[in-house]
Amino acid sequence: MSQALQEASGTDSASIKAAAPSTPSPASLQSSGRAAPRCSVRGVTKSFGDTSILKGVDLAIPDGSFAVLVGPSGCGKSTLLRLVAGLEEADAGTITLAGKDVTRLPPRDRDVAMVFQSYALYPHLTVRGNLEFGLELRKTPRAEIDKRVAEAASMLGLEPLLGRLPKQLSGGQRQRVAMGRAIVRRPTIFLFDEPLSNLDAALRAEVRVEIRRLHDRLKATTLYVTHDQVEAMTLADTLWVLNNGLVEQKGPPLEVYERPRTTFVATFLGSPRMTMLDGVIVREKGCFYAEGGGVRALLDDDRFGDSLVEGRNVRIGIRPHDLGLAKNGAPSVAELKVEIVEALGSEAFAHGWLRASGPSVVARLDADEARSVRPGSAIRVAVAPSRMHLFDPKTGLALGL
Amino acid sequence: MSSTEAGPTSRASPLERFIVNALLIVAVVYALYPVLWVISLAFSSGSTPSLRAFPLPHDVTLDNFRVVTGWGDTAKSFLFARQLMNSLVVSLATASMAVFIATPTAYALARYEFVGKRSGMRTLLLTQMFPGVASAVPLYLILDTLHLLDTRSGLVLVYAATAVPFAIFQLRGAFLAIPVDLEEAAMVDGATRTQAFLKVALPAARPAIAVTALFAFMSAWNEFILAATLIGRESAFTLPVVLQSYVGEYNTSWGAFAAGAILVSVPVMALFYVAQKQLISGLTSGGVKG
Repeated sequence: MSQALQEASGTDSASIKAAAPSTPSPASLQSSGRAAPRCSVRGVTKSFGDTSILKGVDLAIPDGSFAVLVGPSGCGKSTLLRLVAGLEEADAGTITLAGKDVTRLPPRDRDVAMVFQSYALYPHLTVRGNLEFGLELRKTPRAEIDKRVAEAASMLGLEPLLGRLPKQLSGGQRQRVAMGRAIVRRPTIFLFDEPLSNLDAALRAEVRVEIRRLHDRLKATTLYVTHDQVEAMTLADTLWVLNNGLVEQKGPPLEVYERPRTTFVATFLGSPRMTMLDGVIVREKGCFYAEGGGVRALLDDDRFGDSLVEGRNVRIGIRPHDLGLAKNGAPSVAELKVEIVEALGSEAFAHGWLRASGPSVVARLDADEARSVRPGSAIRVAVAPSRMHLFDPKTGLALGL
Repeated sequence: MSSTEAGPTSRASPLERFIVNALLIVAVVYALYPVLWVISLAFSSGSTPSLRAFPLPHDVTLDNFRVVTGWGDTAKSFLFARQLMNSLVVSLATASMAVFIATPTAYALARYEFVGKRSGMRTLLLTQMFPGVASAVPLYLILDTLHLLDTRSGLVLVYAATAVPFAIFQLRGAFLAIPVDLEEAAMVDGATRTQAFLKVALPAARPAIAVTALFAFMSAWNEFILAATLIGRESAFTLPVVLQSYVGEYNTSWGAFAAGAILVSVPVMALFYVAQKQLISGLTSGGVKG
């Protein structure tokens, strides 16, 4: 597990922010004289015909770091990965790997290894043949090839499969061969293109942990593309949220989760999605409240500071996980008319409305609380002021960052 | 094909199974009956076929095969050997030419966009719409001008001209079925564009290439009309032309004709037997998620 994740368990957001250093931009890395990033992308654009896919993307991955590109389908994340691999050519901008400008180099001269979504195992070669292929092309000495294949095979538990053809393997086994083929290469950077999307849920969770374990063991610089936010949150050292061909936000995953910079990031990360309500800022007895859509919630002066202006229109964002039953005299922010209770065992989600015409709102309940909440009843819900999110309704940018 | 094993009969009721089997047996008899007649004729003595419901040979003999191969007659058997070689050489050369020309062409058509690709493919398709015989006369004149009449090379050129477009279409489909991912993986692994083709796409397309070669071989091996038109010299005959010579205007040697037909069929059957695995298997399965 990443450092950020470990420190975050059971702590509040303030300490997370302190514990997880934000990734320096490429410029500051160079000016400060520290090691240049292993992989850097500057001002890259790419269009297919009239469709602009990437509109000026900057990316910097420090040596040994695990970067995850996440975004909805069509955001350009796979295209960016293919640009780094050299399978597509950038229209503008530069791509640097280990200090070398590779923008116009073919894939074979970039020293990258890639795990494809389809695995792309060579069907006519055995598992051993698949692992050896890249090394043989690079005229690696035989002894070295054997050593590396044996190493990767034992790391991934592939020894009993070395003589098999891809068609004789299960999905999980093929996936491991695809990773092995990357590992034996010892490349500058590992590229993963949604490598888990063809596995069933149980296997996916298992392989996800295995990928992180391998990364920690090999200290391999990694760029990983996914649309799955669980993969993104659990694997990343640095998360890069892509939307519409631009980097919308980057940072340690928990920081991005706790402090989304835009409404897009706020609603894209987190399941169930963050509830968004239109509202306005009001002031009463020296305190600021966000009011709208049936909610009236106290705001944290220190956090939002100058952006709290009485009468200002805002979008109020509340994560279902932060919205719970009001208890122990905590002031409630709204009354939720419960329609459905989804009990998941360890926790439950109450779906309902604050206002007849309002959007559906979700609140999280403890397993015990869920027993007493019946569909059709109304519950008082509360949210901690530090967990409130406010966004400018016009720009979609978060307030108080 | 493997689908017959998992076909509708496996879960069907006994009655359904009986009906399906009965229909299949009828179909098999329908298909094999003429073949059985040919076999019967080939092993019977006498030249006129006797009409019986069950084609059993009478007076079993190998005489007809001796006649066709020129057994005991050195000059005749030498000629037959030569004609057999003609057929083999022409068919093999046609198959090789078709594969060598069509493979890179099909690959380019499957993987690259270039000016004239669509119109080029349409033109190729157009050539497939006319039977080869339609151009028999111009072909005769062309070969005559090139002094290639009565030669195996001339015949190979003509056959390849019709085999290549068909082979291109077949192989283009095969290359399209191979995921681009495979070649991209190879290039990331350190292959050049050419190496990705030679080391990954080509092996993955091997079954399709084998089938294409087999088709080209068979069409050349069985072709009669053009061979009869373009070859007039007995020593340059291919086997179908030789066969035809047993069906005379006044006197037809049916026994010899049947024996010859069997001899002509054997190599093709052998090829099918050898290639059946390639014909059925999909070698690409398993390379990408299946």
